[in-house]
Amino acid sequence: MSQDPKITLRGLYKIFGTNHKQVLQHVKDGMSKDALLAQHLHVLGLQDINVNMQAGEITVVMGLSGSGKSTLIRHLNRLIEPTAGEILVDGEDVMKLSEDSLRYFRQEKMSMVFQNFALLPHRTILQNAGMPLAVRHRDAEEQNREAMKWLDRVGLGGYENHYPAQLSGGMQQRVGIARALTANTDIMLMDEAFSALDPLIRTDMQNLLLELQTELHKTIIFITHDLDEALKLADHLVILKDGRVVQQGEPQHILLNPTDPYIEDFVSDINRARVLRVRSVMHPLSGNTKYTEDVEADDNLESLIARSGGDTTNIYRVMRNGKAVGQIDMCDLVKALVPRISSAA
Amino acid sequence: MAFYDGFFKILGLNNWCGEGASSAPLSMADLVAKGQGTDVEKPLFPFPSLDNLNESCTNISQTRDLTKGLEEGFLAIKPAMKAVLDPLTQPLSWLIDSSLFIFGSVPWFIMIPLLVAFAFYASRSIGVTVFVAVSILSLAFIDHYEVAMQTLAIIFVCTAISVFIGVPIGIAMSKSNTLQKAVVPILDLLQTLPTFVYLIPLIFLFSVTESKLYGIAIILYAIVPVIRLTDLGIRLVDQDVVEAANAFGMNGRQRLISVELPLALPNIMAGVNQTIMMSLAMVVIASLVSAPGLGVNVLRGIRNLELGVGIVAGIGIVLLAVILDRTSKAALSRVDKAQKTH
Repeated sequence: MSQDPKITLRGLYKIFGTNHKQVLQHVKDGMSKDALLAQHLHVLGLQDINVNMQAGEITVVMGLSGSGKSTLIRHLNRLIEPTAGEILVDGEDVMKLSEDSLRYFRQEKMSMVFQNFALLPHRTILQNAGMPLAVRHRDAEEQNREAMKWLDRVGLGGYENHYPAQLSGGMQQRVGIARALTANTDIMLMDEAFSALDPLIRTDMQNLLLELQTELHKTIIFITHDLDEALKLADHLVILKDGRVVQQGEPQHILLNPTDPYIEDFVSDINRARVLRVRSVMHPLSGNTKYTEDVEADDNLESLIARSGGDTTNIYRVMRNGKAVGQIDMCDLVKALVPRISSAA
Repeated sequence: MAFYDGFFKILGLNNWCGEGASSAPLSMADLVAKGQGTDVEKPLFPFPSLDNLNESCTNISQTRDLTKGLEEGFLAIKPAMKAVLDPLTQPLSWLIDSSLFIFGSVPWFIMIPLLVAFAFYASRSIGVTVFVAVSILSLAFIDHYEVAMQTLAIIFVCTAISVFIGVPIGIAMSKSNTLQKAVVPILDLLQTLPTFVYLIPLIFLFSVTESKLYGIAIILYAIVPVIRLTDLGIRLVDQDVVEAANAFGMNGRQRLISVELPLALPNIMAGVNQTIMMSLAMVVIASLVSAPGLGVNVLRGIRNLELGVGIVAGIGIVLLAVILDRTSKAALSRVDKAQKTH
């Protein structure tokens, strides 16, 4: 990577229990989560997490419930204290912050969006959205101006004098996002932010997030248990299982090269043609080939199949920003769509 | 010859016990028996209680010595306690006396509209306000206005002080599990101790003419629910919201004022309602120690067997109780509704 990562996690361990420092050595020696629980009555939350999160990217942490993903995101602003390990944000060790500077850090550097919205029920939408500035003792005029700006941006203009309970779930989460944006921090933590919403609204919110992201280029850490959502949003995908990183990297790469039966299980359930993109399957330009047509690198395979009308002899030239970057053969496309059968199954 | 003589002989404690008849004063039962010239019938196998053992061994004290010791111990520390507590609680006397003075000296044609206006302000309900007005007017109509105002004056001060002290204690308990473990048994004790028992040590400590005597008794009894429900209310605040407050960098004071107390308010209000009702219950009993008000008439009814006086005063208390309960419950449900349906 050319630039320094925005957030770095190094050798992060979290064990829940009264003697977590003592049993840490057992975990480092390779004791499993089940054995730790049975023999020492301690719950293993996270083990040996090493992740770099780049500025301006959406890093998605995915895993099933109990995999430690919510625990992981709460380490970034130290809502949960790790048992061992380093958390660096902009090169600064979060673990070394005093109580006051940690509070300042939470106010200025990170904002958070919660699964259950966590709005203040006794405050209006406007007051809720302005809360991060109220915490910093900014004057009321600035609070309201900023809060209104972001409420308008997430499509809630006109609702500012309502109370949270008067809004639907999707609208409440828009308030949650507006609140995080009002904080005007580089980093946004989103803990299963869309998981409590119904599928249509969830798609809306994902699109809203991607739209905001092309404009704002925040560093977003997004937690989800939904692979489709993860693949849609992620620039960098981290897959957790039992508190361990099973695989991380570019989502398309993970999809094509799963290294673990656990991930193969995940991957086998999704519509590959819709998720895989031309750029992930293409080959370098081979020179004097005759191309049927030009296609965009970020098109998905489904649209290409539709365009070819099922003709497997076609070869397309792949374009990005008006430049040819590669070619794709319909035979390669079909190979990429061969379903993976989980080797564990 | 007492039953346990042989027992002490076997143990070889005869010398320690001292020979000869018991020097302790006769028990009431013995005294009566002596007067009638009959012997008390001794059971075949008496329980080895202090009194029964004392008959065989005078060095073992009788049960009456225990209560006597307790009393002497209390009297011994009384000057020290009085020196500390007397000045500390003096403001309570002033508050109650001035409250009694104000409620007593403001003329009825100002006081009744004020109370009705307050009832409307607290409850925002026409029905409750009309009920309060009718109740106070009918109390005044049967010449119970003055005593009812005295009772109200005392409840007013004691409830205010209970909330003023109880809410901070409840907040502290909600923040510390250790403190909660320490305070809960005290609250249990205060709540289960028969109300008359409070009065006994207080009579020893303060003179019966001082209003703080009953003030303390009422507050001790009535403060329990507001402490309990403040503690509970803050502990029940949605942890997600508390986490959000932390994530956006609130400090403890900001979190308490802008998140925890507002969200705990319905529970705290329920505690205040209970505190008001318990003050009313206690202020009646406190008439035994010179608390003025409706309780005095109840007491008169019992002492002089004036059935009518007692019953009318009792109904007056019920009316007052319903007024206070309805008004504070209406205020509570208003707060509750404001949070749920906004």
